[in-house]
Amino acid sequence: MKNGKGLKNRKLSRILEDYPFLPSFFKDNLIGIDGKGNLTITELLNSIDEEEIEDKALDVENFHQSISEYIDQMLEFLGEEENKGVSKLTIIPGRDKLGNDEKFDSIEIGKSEIISIVGPTGSGKSRLLADIEWTAQADTPTMRKILVNDEIPDKKWRFSSSNKLVAQLSQNMNFVMDLTVSEFLELHAKSRMVVDEESVIKKIIEEANKLAGEKFDTDTPVTSLSGGQSRALMIADTAILSSSPIVLIDEIENAGIDRKKALQLLVGEEKIVLMATHDPLLALMGDKRIVINNGGIKKIITTTDKERKILTDLEKMDMVIQGMRKKLRYGEVLTEKDLNGGRNA
Amino acid sequence: MNLVTFSGPPSSGKTSVILKTISASKDRGLKIGVVKFDALVTDDDLLYEKAGVPVRKGLSGALCPDHYFVSNIEEVTEWGKGEGLDLLITESAGLCNRCSPYIKDIKAICVLDNLSGINTPKKIGPMLKMADIAVITKGDIVSQAEREVFASRVNTVNPGAVVMHVNGLNGQGAFELSTLLYDKKDDVDTLKGKKLRFSMPAALCSYCLGETRIGESYQMGNVRKIDMNGDKK
Repeated sequence: MKNGKGLKNRKLSRILEDYPFLPSFFKDNLIGIDGKGNLTITELLNSIDEEEIEDKALDVENFHQSISEYIDQMLEFLGEEENKGVSKLTIIPGRDKLGNDEKFDSIEIGKSEIISIVGPTGSGKSRLLADIEWTAQADTPTMRKILVNDEIPDKKWRFSSSNKLVAQLSQNMNFVMDLTVSEFLELHAKSRMVVDEESVIKKIIEEANKLAGEKFDTDTPVTSLSGGQSRALMIADTAILSSSPIVLIDEIENAGIDRKKALQLLVGEEKIVLMATHDPLLALMGDKRIVINNGGIKKIITTTDKERKILTDLEKMDMVIQGMRKKLRYGEVLTEKDLNGGRNA
Repeated sequence: MNLVTFSGPPSSGKTSVILKTISASKDRGLKIGVVKFDALVTDDDLLYEKAGVPVRKGLSGALCPDHYFVSNIEEVTEWGKGEGLDLLITESAGLCNRCSPYIKDIKAICVLDNLSGINTPKKIGPMLKMADIAVITKGDIVSQAEREVFASRVNTVNPGAVVMHVNGLNGQGAFELSTLLYDKKDDVDTLKGKKLRFSMPAALCSYCLGETRIGESYQMGNVRKIDMNGDKK
């Protein structure tokens, strides 16, 4: 406890000046502080009567420890904003479900790199992700080791609630809060202690609207966004506001969202992107593909120039389909011309 | 034998988390048993049985589930020892947000789910505040932002707890949780003389004793009234 010392006997108003994030701590712990700035924390706790302590199930005994732990965590968390932690991730081989050694040297993944993960359902994709999230040190069933910046990572990644290594985006995710887009982003920004909330929120909405087929307003409830809009907002928010340096994507549905731009946005924000997908359009956007089978990494394929060419053609085909989708949405009739992306055959 | 107490609001995913965690720790060769506490009825014991886990259940019926828990926990521990378990897990639902079934020096785990809403952590009280580990479930169906906000709210209420995300469906995170459950040095022989971490919800009024009639003249004992004329609080 570095900063917790001496808190007990300082005036609340001074403490709040030093640690402006504390009001929400008092609020969530059900301790009122309005008009009590002149009291020390000890006096504040003493001023709460027995009945209130009992009614609200307050834990006065451990409050000093709890608040100083919280302050330490927040200061550490805020300090880390400045030096963005992870520039390189290394996966050192372990073994597959049958105990066979994985046959690769090691995989190094840098900032702004996109790695696709392919393999049948149940092949061990989520185990690989979990190994990364847990920064495994030969202490998970796969015996893999994960290095961060060439070093054995600090255990804090495992247990920190605010500094998770991996952010996840998947098909099944929904918004469940009853908030508008701007309220929602404000809440997220507050929990991340962002200094310039307004401009960050503005940026997220701008970026999300670039990704979404249909633009949305800031006062739309998040729960009424379309699938594509939700996905776009989640991606923009994860890219810009999430603390996690690694983003794991589990497929992105090919509807109502510009997936190429989405990946570019994430990579542009210096995220390491791991993407489980079997969609050629997405898989080929990766710099490399990790092939998983039977719990183990079978091989690593670097996307070839030929494949990149194929990707360009695939993108054209995709444009054709997207173009038709758009026409249908606006009540138009499709013609053969549309098959050639609007040009005459 | 190690004893670990799991609790959390109904339907937060306690049983799934425990089952996945037990299955993830299979390789360690530990004998793990479960005692499930519930109020009126539970079929979860069948799920444990199906998974080959020794199980007993206790239904509190008309009693406060917390009080029922603490008056039985010693016998439950004896049962676990008799079965030769290495690890005994008790699972109990926090039904009133004031539940606090944790025992000093016995590992306490609170299971919460992302769908319950961001104000839930502060509403739950000692069941979360006094836990050693807070497990958050259903992270696969809400957005990254909501997961982050929810976890930060949990952290505000209990900064000392280890916060873990476990997926009760595919078991992601369960292996990691399993590494925190058992430790030879945490073996307990008896609970005699141990204390609860926090007092339990209290009540002793005429309704506790079976009164059903409504009206002031039937109310005796520990009774409290809403202040209908006071300021909005």
